[in-house]
Amino acid sequence: MEKECKVARTGCIGTCSVGPAVLVEPGDYLYQSVTPDKVREIVRDHIVLGLPVKDMLYKNEAYFQKQHRLVLRNAGKIDPSRIQDYISAGGYSALAKCLATMTPQGVIYEVVTSGLRGRGGAGFPTGQKWSLVARSHNTPKYIVANLDEGDPGVFANRTLAEADPHAIIEGMLIAAYAIGAEKGYIYIRSEYPLAIQTLQKAIAQAKAMSLLGEKILETSFKFDLELRFGAGAFVAGEETAILASVEGRRAMPRPRPPYPANSGLWQKPTLIQNVETLANIPLIVQNGGHWFSKTGTPKCTGTKCFSLTGKISNPGLIEVPMGITLREVVFDIGGGVPDGKKFKAVLVGGPSGGCLPETLLEIPIDYDSLTKVGAIMGSGGIVVIDEDSCMVDTARFFTEFCVDESCGKCTPCRAGLARLKEVFDKITHGQGEMSDIATLEKSGVYIRDASLCGLGQTAPNPVITTLRYFKDEYVKHIVEKQCVAGKCFKTRDEEELE
Amino acid sequence: MSVNIIKLKIDGVEVTVPEGTAILKAAKDSGIIIPTLCNLEGLTAYGGCRLCLVEVSGTPKLFPACSTPVGPNMEITTQSDKLKEYRKMAVQMLLAERTHICSVCVADDHCELQAMANQLGVDHVMFERNWSQDEIDSTHDFLVIDRNRCILCTRCIRVCDQIEGVHTLDLKLRGKDSQVIMDLDEHWGNSCSCTSCRKCAKVCPVGAIYIEGEPIEHTKKRDIAEFIVERRNRR
Ligand SMILES: Cc1cc2nc3c(=O)[nH]c(=O)nc-3n(C[C@H](O)[C@H](O)[C@H](O)COP(=O)(O)O)c2cc1C
Ligand code: FES
Repeated sequence: MEKECKVARTGCIGTCSVGPAVLVEPGDYLYQSVTPDKVREIVRDHIVLGLPVKDMLYKNEAYFQKQHRLVLRNAGKIDPSRIQDYISAGGYSALAKCLATMTPQGVIYEVVTSGLRGRGGAGFPTGQKWSLVARSHNTPKYIVANLDEGDPGVFANRTLAEADPHAIIEGMLIAAYAIGAEKGYIYIRSEYPLAIQTLQKAIAQAKAMSLLGEKILETSFKFDLELRFGAGAFVAGEETAILASVEGRRAMPRPRPPYPANSGLWQKPTLIQNVETLANIPLIVQNGGHWFSKTGTPKCTGTKCFSLTGKISNPGLIEVPMGITLREVVFDIGGGVPDGKKFKAVLVGGPSGGCLPETLLEIPIDYDSLTKVGAIMGSGGIVVIDEDSCMVDTARFFTEFCVDESCGKCTPCRAGLARLKEVFDKITHGQGEMSDIATLEKSGVYIRDASLCGLGQTAPNPVITTLRYFKDEYVKHIVEKQCVAGKCFKTRDEEELE
Repeated sequence: MSVNIIKLKIDGVEVTVPEGTAILKAAKDSGIIIPTLCNLEGLTAYGGCRLCLVEVSGTPKLFPACSTPVGPNMEITTQSDKLKEYRKMAVQMLLAERTHICSVCVADDHCELQAMANQLGVDHVMFERNWSQDEIDSTHDFLVIDRNRCILCTRCIRVCDQIEGVHTLDLKLRGKDSQVIMDLDEHWGNSCSCTSCRKCAKVCPVGAIYIEGEPIEHTKKRDIAEFIVERRNRR
């Protein structure tokens, strides 16, 4: 008996703990932890005989049940190296719809109606940003897609680019049509070679099919797209730093105003948008802003991708509707803390996020609720911390990251964070005094309020939140010289050895 | 092009200025002096030192006066307990960052950081001091840079680029490791682009760049940039 079947490489489906994964269609059969031997079995039983190999199937239903995959609609399902696959999954039809039936104002109207907010961290209403750029008479206008993703432990944008590059390109094309831009850049970090390669191939294919360049889909609309590479600085993802970097200068933020919407690349109106934000756009155009706004919460519509890491049973990349609770994410999807250990805290928002205790797990995930408790949406990093970790050491660790990543322009972030780190070193080496707590609090708040860009403004979050929710650990370190997790008070020699 | 003249309030005083004027300038024109370190008239605004932060009613955010344009009907507060506290904090962080010992500094009594500390009443530094020990570069015939005293305000870099037009100076590394360098990190004496114009020393607010053998009151001419710009415009 002969059967024909197609084998294709796809992007990641997000189940990091059980990779490599193989998906057999039709029927959505997902096999986990596949090895060459297992492939033989899958081909023999499933493909040839039509009998799925039950004990190798991915069993963790809960992982996908509470997810809602809009941005990651094609991740793990199509071959990212073939534009045909994207098109047969409905790709570029939103662009066609725009060009054939919608005015630029009409497109912006749908994006405004959708309630979509920027997924790069700040949550600025996307439609409003588009109107600002569209309104300007200054030309040419530019678009920059932000794929810098400099936060450690975050891999959502990379996965998106590796799994569905055309979703980003189509989003950019629609944005370009709406605001009147003819040139765009994707700013991507050099540490993402596969994503770069995938995007380069996708751009070449789109050009070959007249989806990029002149006379797109045989209309007068033209748009050219280039990649620009970052050199691995967290701060380069900040929007004014990106502008400097794309122009070929040092990636240092500058004060706003002027905002990039008025004066961006080469002082021209520029739309800077995170790639996850952009990947939502084709869906909004295709189904309407009103349809989109029904997912999530009224003030915070749609979904958000989160990178789940740390002490969690099912690490991976997930996409959930806004408004889902932290508990659902950590325990229902993430499977809670492994090895019977106790949950201690969850860091939401990457290295400059907030450390939240168990009592706050019922809060819904949306920009405003997170900000209220001292965390941020950030780029969607969620790190679960168990009883083996020391909260003072955790705050010290993330402060050190921000010390290293500070660009050095403004006093609070450059000189201030380094001082915080010194106070932490003092405490974790047993020389802490009670007055150090006040020093941390006072300087943390100052750095947050006085820094030039978002890096310094959010960097003290781990310090401020651990002081708010885990102050007893600080006191224990200082008064009793005790670390509940046994992490601190090592001599410098012991640290060297580690 | 006609410019809109707008009205706003600074510290309760009504001020009329062209739209787009920086808050710092608008305040200065009506006699209100806002503390600054990195700003220097004649050079582009930098927004780095954060001494000039002011409050704008209607938002909890603070804005750098040197680089924020005024808007119609803004109500700006340049002095408050919080701002004073924050300015003292910035000065303390700068004093703790590298090696600042006024008594053995060439710029003693002609130093803007020292003057700022005095003016704000900074009587102690709440952080551990970091006694940095970077090598002093005195390879140039008469220009000297002691990076241990540098506060990274980048006035020297901007004056070299924007006024002298050679861009010998720039930054290397980032964060707390940032340093002012010459050319591609050459010793000053080996810099092939430096024109020895001395402007960097004149605008340096502290004792980081100075001129060997010249009386300090002669060197520290901070209005040099403004002066040159004005002369150029007149010509
Ligand atoms: C230190 C810092 C790093 C940032 N890194 C990123 C990043 O890697 N990717 C990103 O999309 N936005 C990043 N941002 C946010 C951008 O400044 C900007 O708000 C965003 O790209 C706008 O797009 P959006 O409206 O689609 O979110 C960063 C901001 C700061 C302050
Ligand atoms: S003078 Fe405005 S930030 Fe330095």
